[in-house]
Amino acid sequence: MHAADMVIGLDDLVARIPDGASIAIPPDYSGCAMEAVKALIRRGCRDLHLIGVPSGGFQADWLIGAGCVASVEAAAMTLGEQGIPPRFSAAIRKGRIAMKDATCPAIHAGLQAAEKGLPFMPLRGILGSDLLKYRPDWKVIDNPFGGGDDPIVLIPAIQPDIALFHARAADRNGNVWIGVRRELMLMAHAARTTLVTVERIEDADFLTDDTMAAGTIPALYISAISAVPGGARPIGLAGAYPADTAELAAYAAAAKTEDGFQRWADEAIFGRVPA
Amino acid sequence: MSTVEIDSISRTEIMIGAITRMLQGLRHVAVGNSSPIPGSAALLARALSGGELRVSLLGSRTHNAFTDGGRELFDCAAQGRIDAFFLSGGQIDGAANINLVGLGDYPQSKVRFPGSFGSAYLYHLIPRVILFREEHTPRTLVPKVDFISAAGTSPENEYRPGGPYALVTGLCVFSFDKNACRFRLQSTHPGIGPAEVKEATGFEYAAPEHIPTTEPLDSAALRLLRTEISRQVAETYPGFAAKTWGVVI
Repeated sequence: MHAADMVIGLDDLVARIPDGASIAIPPDYSGCAMEAVKALIRRGCRDLHLIGVPSGGFQADWLIGAGCVASVEAAAMTLGEQGIPPRFSAAIRKGRIAMKDATCPAIHAGLQAAEKGLPFMPLRGILGSDLLKYRPDWKVIDNPFGGGDDPIVLIPAIQPDIALFHARAADRNGNVWIGVRRELMLMAHAARTTLVTVERIEDADFLTDDTMAAGTIPALYISAISAVPGGARPIGLAGAYPADTAELAAYAAAAKTEDGFQRWADEAIFGRVPA
Repeated sequence: MSTVEIDSISRTEIMIGAITRMLQGLRHVAVGNSSPIPGSAALLARALSGGELRVSLLGSRTHNAFTDGGRELFDCAAQGRIDAFFLSGGQIDGAANINLVGLGDYPQSKVRFPGSFGSAYLYHLIPRVILFREEHTPRTLVPKVDFISAAGTSPENEYRPGGPYALVTGLCVFSFDKNACRFRLQSTHPGIGPAEVKEATGFEYAAPEHIPTTEPLDSAALRLLRTEISRQVAETYPGFAAKTWGVVI
């Protein structure tokens, strides 16, 4: 694809996410495409299968609260200092979403298998955990290279339909700079389609500079980009702007009830001024 | 310079002191997210070691040298490059099983906890896993967890270089006896008696006849904690540092 065609508007970007898609999202400390998630909610997206890499936070709770989610796979769901994501825990209690509890390295290993085009990845540990009991897709075999009686867990490849995240910058060729946030690289390698919002698009070629290239996802793995300055607010973006902790706390308080969430979403996502 | 009054040492600082001692002589300690007490102990232990101890504090930009994304901690642990780590639990039972998933029947947990994070893996691979839970009540320390996020012990044949080493609570320190598959009361914090611990603990444990008091940090270490270390802690845990030491950044 020509690089110029990769840069599209935010609504066009989220239009690439079909209902029913599996979608990988980063944890709150990485690069979260918060504005894209809002646009996705405004579009009325349904039946998403969220994959937290390896955990889910505010983005996941917004999507669950708005009724966009059918299932979640994650090692944890947390709002950090704001505690348990309230719409997530309500949905679990009411059985409204299917939960596939995982452990962090299993999510990474599943994505690594997809990255390598492999059907599975072996992983140590996990034996004896109830996680294994509720994950029939995780298999235990005897290590074929061992002396026998050495059980080891196999994690199937995780190939998300979509990876969605926010980064500091893209260049004119559609390369995306992520710096040290290498889990975003893993997500882009593993997913079929990678959609990125960025703070800015620079008239440069990051791959000609080794310092930048080491932290850059080549355009080869990127499907589309939108320029959305402040696109990670209110979560914040390391090196760019901090979290708006007052805003995050206000969300956590409002979302304790379904009505509170609706009122919050009306204003924060749909821009309706309260009567 | 005024000397720090040991009398005024807080319960949080007693816990930090107990954990700090468990890290002496180690090469590399990693600290997960949401672990301010272990994080403080690790940073203090590093300062006391004269920089011999390497600390990887997740969530910190200054005290975290990982550069290969979320996977690196786990790869590093599996190679034996991490000597100690910390886990907690909504419930911890007498066999050192931990529950980070929820209360009641799974999956429709009536109370949902965040989830297992890396526990199911790291508990098996890191030699010295120190459990910590400030709330020491029959609600948190239970006979049997509702959901095993990570198992305390494993059958002999399973590959398991790692496992539980101790449990540090707001009342006491337990060590874990892997062979007997149970905790042993090691010390009680200043002002706390063995009877109080028994009353507050939902699981059975071994207790010797004479149980020492958890030794507080000496005044030099305590001073270091309250000055230089508290400011390092504040970078990652501003709320905790403000509450514990009044540090404002």
